[in-house]
Amino acid sequence: MTEAPATQVVTRDQPPPEAGGSLLAKLDIDGRMLGMIGALAIIWFVFNYMSDGNFLTPRNLWNLSVQSSAIAILATGMVLIIVSRNIDLSLGSLLGFLGYVMAMVQAIWIPTTFGLGYDQPYTWFLALAIGIVLGAIVGALQGVVVAYGGVPSFIVTLGGFLVWRGLIFRFDQGQTIAPMDKTFQIIGGAPGVGSAGELASWVIGIVACIAIVFSIVSSRRRRRAYGFPVRPTWALVTVIVASCGAVLVGVWEANHYYLPAGLATQYAKDHGIVEPAGGLLIPVGISWPVLLMIAVTLVMTVLATRRRFGRYVFAIGGNPDAAELGGINVRRTIVGTFALMGILCAISAAFLTARLNSAVTGLGVQSELYAIAAAVIGGTSFSGGIGTIPGAVLGAVVMQSLQSGMAIVGVDSPTQDVVVGAVLVGAVWLDVAIRRRTEA
Amino acid sequence: MTLTRAAGADVTTVPAAPLVEMRNISVAFGGVHAVRDVTIDLRPGEVVGLVGGNGAGKSTLIRTLSGAHKADSGEILINGESASIGNPREAKAYGIETIYQQLALADNIDAPGNMFLGRELTSRLGALDDAAMENATRKIMGRLNPNFRNFKVAVKSLSGGQRQSVAIARAVHFNARILIMDEPTAALGPAETAQVMGLVKQLKAEGIGIFLISHDIHDVFDLSDRISVMYHGRIVDTVDKTQVTTDEILGMIILGKKPGEATQKELAELH
Repeated sequence: MTEAPATQVVTRDQPPPEAGGSLLAKLDIDGRMLGMIGALAIIWFVFNYMSDGNFLTPRNLWNLSVQSSAIAILATGMVLIIVSRNIDLSLGSLLGFLGYVMAMVQAIWIPTTFGLGYDQPYTWFLALAIGIVLGAIVGALQGVVVAYGGVPSFIVTLGGFLVWRGLIFRFDQGQTIAPMDKTFQIIGGAPGVGSAGELASWVIGIVACIAIVFSIVSSRRRRRAYGFPVRPTWALVTVIVASCGAVLVGVWEANHYYLPAGLATQYAKDHGIVEPAGGLLIPVGISWPVLLMIAVTLVMTVLATRRRFGRYVFAIGGNPDAAELGGINVRRTIVGTFALMGILCAISAAFLTARLNSAVTGLGVQSELYAIAAAVIGGTSFSGGIGTIPGAVLGAVVMQSLQSGMAIVGVDSPTQDVVVGAVLVGAVWLDVAIRRRTEA
Repeated sequence: MTLTRAAGADVTTVPAAPLVEMRNISVAFGGVHAVRDVTIDLRPGEVVGLVGGNGAGKSTLIRTLSGAHKADSGEILINGESASIGNPREAKAYGIETIYQQLALADNIDAPGNMFLGRELTSRLGALDDAAMENATRKIMGRLNPNFRNFKVAVKSLSGGQRQSVAIARAVHFNARILIMDEPTAALGPAETAQVMGLVKQLKAEGIGIFLISHDIHDVFDLSDRISVMYHGRIVDTVDKTQVTTDEILGMIILGKKPGEATQKELAELH
C-alpha cells in the first residue's frame, strides 16, 4: 500500500501567535456591524445638523433609547426565527393579547374578581409571570404546529395574527384596561419612577466595563493557553477602550438628561427640598426598559452564540439536512425558537402596557413588521443561517432614529413610513450586493 | 455463488466476525420498492464497495444503517447483536459515522462547529467551549490535512476537499467503527480525490469497517475488498474483488446479471 499524502503528519510547534490579515481581522470585529455603527453615526449627525443641534441632546437620545426598546426586544427573537428559515407574523397580535391578559390580572382580576384590592406587593409579579408563561405556551403551540405539524410558519403565524387580535376584541369589547399596578409601572420607563437614577446608572456602567474587560481578557487567555492566534495587544486595547467608552458615554448622556420642570417641582415637594431659582437639576439616569432591553440582548446573544440551542438554530438555517443528520433534534429546536419569541412578546407587552398605564385593543399593531425590518436591517438573511442579535438591536435603533429624527425636523408621519420603507429595501439591497462581491 | 468461486482461491486472512449484518432489508416509498430483501455484511478493517446504477437503491439501503431512513422490514445486527437504529443519533451511538455525497455540513458554521455538530463540547455550565473544540479540530486536521488553516471561517468559503476533510475528521474524531462513505469524492477534483482515497486506506488499516458507495468503478476496485452490486433494489451478488474483472462488475451493474450468467456477447456490447 502506498503512503498517501493525507497520512503525513506535520507538526508545527509554534503556531502564529497573532491573527493576521486585514485590519478588521486583526481587531476581530465584524465588518457588517462596524458598517452599521457608521451608518447610524451618519444618520445621527445629519439629523443633528438639520435640526440645529436638537437631535444629539441627552433628552432626545434618552427618549430614542426608550422608544427603541420594544422593537429591539422583539427583534432579538425574530433573528433566531428568521435564521432557522421561519417567520413570525403573529407577534404583534400575541403582544397585544398578552398585554391584555397582564392588564386584566392587575386591573380587574386581582383587585375586583378576587377582591384583593389594587397595588398589592405581589401584583406586578403575578401579572408578569402569567404573561411570560402564557407567552411561552402560545409561542410553543405555534412552534409545534410548524415543526411537528409541517404547516409553513408563514401560515401558522398568519393564523395567529388573526386569532390573537380577534381574541382581544372578543374579550375587551374595545375597552381600555387600566390602571396598571404602581410597581409594574416602573418597567414603563417614565422619567422619575422608571429609571435607575444617577448613582445606580454609574455603578451599572462601571460594572459593565469590568465585565467587558474580564470577558475579552479571559477569552484571549484561553486562546493563548491553546496556542491559537490572538489579536495583537494594540487591537485588544482599542476594542476595550471603544466598548467601555461607548458604555460610559451612554451613562453620561442618560445622567445629563434632567427631570422635566414639572416633575422636578413635584420631586422637590415630595422630598421637602426648597427649589432653587433656576429649578432643580435631577439626573434621570438610564431607564429601566433600556436596561431590560440590554439584559435581553445579552441573554439572547449568549443563547445564540454560546449555547447548544443557538448553535443548532444556526445549523438548521445553514443546512437543515446536515443538522438532522448531525443528530440535532430539529423540531424541538424550532419549537424552542417560537416559545422564546412568545416570552419576548410578553416582556415587550409588559413594557408597553406599563408605559401606557393601560392595555388598548390596538397594542402592538404592526410590531411584527418592525421587528422583521429591524432584524433584516441588522444583517439577518432571509435565506437562513445568518444574523446577529446585536445587529438586530442596532437595526431597531436605526429605524427609531430615522423616525424620531424626521419628526424633529418636521417630516410628517406618512412620509416617515415612506422613508423607513425605502431604507429597509435599500439596506438589504446594499447588503446583498456586498455579500455577492465578497463571497463570489 | 461467489463462495464456490472463491473456494479454490488463496485466502490469506481468516474472516473476522461481521461488524455489521443487514438482513433482508426492504424499503418502499409509496408503491416504489427502493430496496428489496437485501442482505449484506461488513467485517472490521474491510472495505465493501456498494455499486449500482442510479436508483439501484444503494443510498437508500445505506441510509437505513445511518439512521436517516427506517427500513420497512429486515434486521440490522451490530457485532452480532440486534440493533435498533431509528435516527442518526442512535446510529452514532453504535459507532456508525456517515460521510455524505452532498457534503452534510452547515455552510454558515466554521470547521470546529461542524466537526462537533450535535456533540458540542461544553463547559460545566453548559456554555459552548469553542476553544476546546477548535483545539481538537486543529489536532485532528494536523493529522488528516496539514494544509488546513481556516478554523474560524464558515465552511462555505472552503474548497470541496477541505470541506470533505472536515466531514472525515468528524468521523475519525468520534472513533467511528463503521464508516459509511456515500460518494465521498463526487464533489472533488483529482488531487482531492487522491487525498480522500489515501485517507480511506489509512482508516481501513486502523480496523474500521467501511461501506463505500461510488459511481466510479475504478475507485471501488482500488479500495474495496468485496464488492456488492445492486440492481433495481436487489443485490445481484457480492463478490471478492480478486475474483472478478471490471467488465464483470460492469455487467452486473448494467445487466443485473451475475458474472457466470452474462454472455460474452452481452459483455462485449457494454463497450
